[in-house]
Amino acid sequence: MFARLLYESFRRQKRRKLLAGVAITLGVAVATAMIAVATDIGDKINRELRTYGANLLVTPQEDTLDVEIGGVNLKPPSDGSFLSESDLPKIKGTFWRHNILGFSPMLPVTVSLGEGSGARSATLVGTYFAKRVAFGKDEFTTGVRTTHLWWKVRGAWPADDSAEVLVGEHLAAKLGEQPGGAVLVGGESHRVAGIVSTGGAEDDQIVAPLSVAQQIMGRPGAVRRIFVSALTKPEDALARRDPKSMNPELFDRWYCSPYVQSIAYQLQEAIPHSHAEQIRQVAQNEGTVLSRIKGLMLLVTLAALFASALAVSAAMATAIFERRREVGLMKALGGGNLAVAALFFAESALLAIFGGTTGFIAGSILAHRIGRSIFASQITIQPVLFPVILAIAVIVTFAGSAAAIRRAVQFDPVFALRGDA
Amino acid sequence: MSDPRPAQTVAARREGSHHTSMFLRMLVRAAVLRRGRAASALLAMMVAAAVTTAMLNLYVDAQAKLRKEFRSYGANVVVVGNDGTSLPADAVSKIEALVGGRGLAVPFAYLVARTANGQSVVVAGTDFERLQKLDRWWSVSAWPGGTGQALVGRRALPVVSEGGKPFDLLFQGRAIHLAPTGTLQTGAAEDSRVYLPMSDFVAWSRVQPSTVEIAVNGSPEQINAIIGQLADALPTADVHPVRQIVEGEARVLGKTRATLYATAVLIILTAALCVLATLTGWVFDRRRDFAIMKALGASERLVGSFFAAEAAALGAVGALLGFVIGIGIAAWIGRVNFNASVLPRLSVLPFVVAGSMAVALLSAIVPMSLLRRVQPAIILKGE
Repeated sequence: MFARLLYESFRRQKRRKLLAGVAITLGVAVATAMIAVATDIGDKINRELRTYGANLLVTPQEDTLDVEIGGVNLKPPSDGSFLSESDLPKIKGTFWRHNILGFSPMLPVTVSLGEGSGARSATLVGTYFAKRVAFGKDEFTTGVRTTHLWWKVRGAWPADDSAEVLVGEHLAAKLGEQPGGAVLVGGESHRVAGIVSTGGAEDDQIVAPLSVAQQIMGRPGAVRRIFVSALTKPEDALARRDPKSMNPELFDRWYCSPYVQSIAYQLQEAIPHSHAEQIRQVAQNEGTVLSRIKGLMLLVTLAALFASALAVSAAMATAIFERRREVGLMKALGGGNLAVAALFFAESALLAIFGGTTGFIAGSILAHRIGRSIFASQITIQPVLFPVILAIAVIVTFAGSAAAIRRAVQFDPVFALRGDA
Repeated sequence: MSDPRPAQTVAARREGSHHTSMFLRMLVRAAVLRRGRAASALLAMMVAAAVTTAMLNLYVDAQAKLRKEFRSYGANVVVVGNDGTSLPADAVSKIEALVGGRGLAVPFAYLVARTANGQSVVVAGTDFERLQKLDRWWSVSAWPGGTGQALVGRRALPVVSEGGKPFDLLFQGRAIHLAPTGTLQTGAAEDSRVYLPMSDFVAWSRVQPSTVEIAVNGSPEQINAIIGQLADALPTADVHPVRQIVEGEARVLGKTRATLYATAVLIILTAALCVLATLTGWVFDRRRDFAIMKALGASERLVGSFFAAEAAALGAVGALLGFVIGIGIAAWIGRVNFNASVLPRLSVLPFVVAGSMAVALLSAIVPMSLLRRVQPAIILKGE
């Protein structure tokens, strides 16, 4: 009898059930999409924050002081020590290799431009543009085009194995260089592939493939410093502790968290005689920005969940309130309060499960769309979310129905049937 | 015939006034007699309006709040004397006047000095008070307070000073005696430098500031406008944006904005649809009222306008209540996340009210057009 009542209720009141179901579906869809986006936004924004460039700098351990103003090096070029280019691929062999999005070696050299009376000195920086590097079986591409995303080139990027160069915007204006021209560096002519604009010191410099700088310096395989761009976890109390003072268990936890400090530690391990340090301007601030954006999305999600819960409750309350006459009839025919309430709760549960499932699917599609159109990448939806969402849907539906069911049950059947509600 | 007014106009007036008050009374009684149902419809309306208000407020305000967070990255505009020459003496005050309350300008002067044992080191003069606010990521053990005190980079410290003792620096034959008050760590070029108060620096070296770093608050258009104004005011200087900072900010902010926009649209749409569902049910359920009115001779237009007025009133009241709640939600989010209040934007109110009324009207029109086709007798019979 109970099952038949339930079945008939759905069969005969399609419009009402549809309205309540649509409300639940929508609420659940928005909740699912919001939770999926909010849980994934940290990772997405973290990747976007990498546009700020490298957050780690690797220098030789026994380095002499940099004497540099506005990007012009005033130190004798051969002064100080160097890192070895052959150690670079080892960066991709560290524990957090998947978090390392790219790295760029730098080798600044002071060179003379032009010849005769027009000669002037400038800094030439050797680097990787988009170099293919192999570590073991892994092949990857790295260089300034990955780590220094704000560099803009008019003309073309030089190939890493060529002798072509980029000329900084200001320097090019002074020299009258154009892409496709040639520049005399230390008496040797190099083709200018493009004009680079960075808004930094490079605007007054020449940027060349690393091998060109090494050749000019006469030090094959030398690298002055390495910029590393890594996805990191915002700093917390554990991150700031000195690894030397930790017990082995704590050290393992620190080592296996992608803090900027632990990645620096691992880089130092991977590259002999090196010192790796966070670039505080980038590393420190991304934590703050990230936590603000994550916090914002979390609170918006909470507000959205609250709103969809209230909307579902309101829809359920209306749906039940409309059916006082039915309640009156059931009670007049001898239905107990419990039996009537059970029927309504069973209906609500069925609606919640159907609406919750369709809503979850719709929400997943929605989250996927949002990820695609805004971040051009997938938003992953944890399967664990499904039972959680379903449980929330049932609870919210019950909560929304409870008050209305109570009132409907307590109503005198005589009045309900007479239509004096 | 003592009454000077013609009887006809009195009747017409009475009819008119009666008509209006009856209309109003029906509206009020409908809400009072069916409290429960009116309340649930109003609740749905209110929630929708509250969420819409909160999202619109946040969407407008969060960008400004986030921009402020991004300023912790430091300067986004740099003014440099052409070819490394010093800036004109009035450059800093000119920049200050132009930037005004919208940003922070910090002057820097650089030179290469020699230590007592002949090593080269870069020395910079600056304004520490402002620098602290501009470059908050600098890790400084103690900021220098007075003259003769220096902030020494982590890598420069062992070169200039033995064991943190006071040291001398030489520039063009002139010496300055400094006490290393604090050490500085940034992970970049600053670690190899010694920073002095600007007054000490100028008195010692007679080198004037050559660089001014400015953190300008505002949208990319506002920043570009300021760059243009600065370039006009300082023809001998080169003014350029710090692309690394400006582009990073634009990108992250753009994505955040897009996400917030998508969520706002989603939430508002859901809220509107739920209101639509609730109100449609509400109006549809009152088909007996509708039938009675028609049976008593009310015209289609009168009944239509009655339901429309009811829906519009519900929409307006719900919107107003929801607006207040929504402002509260936005303020709470601002307080919790940004430690700053989100200002209530009254400009949002008309949109919320108009939107709510439109949705409410729409939810009245759909069931009305369905009911119009049905004979009142059939509805009253209860079928």
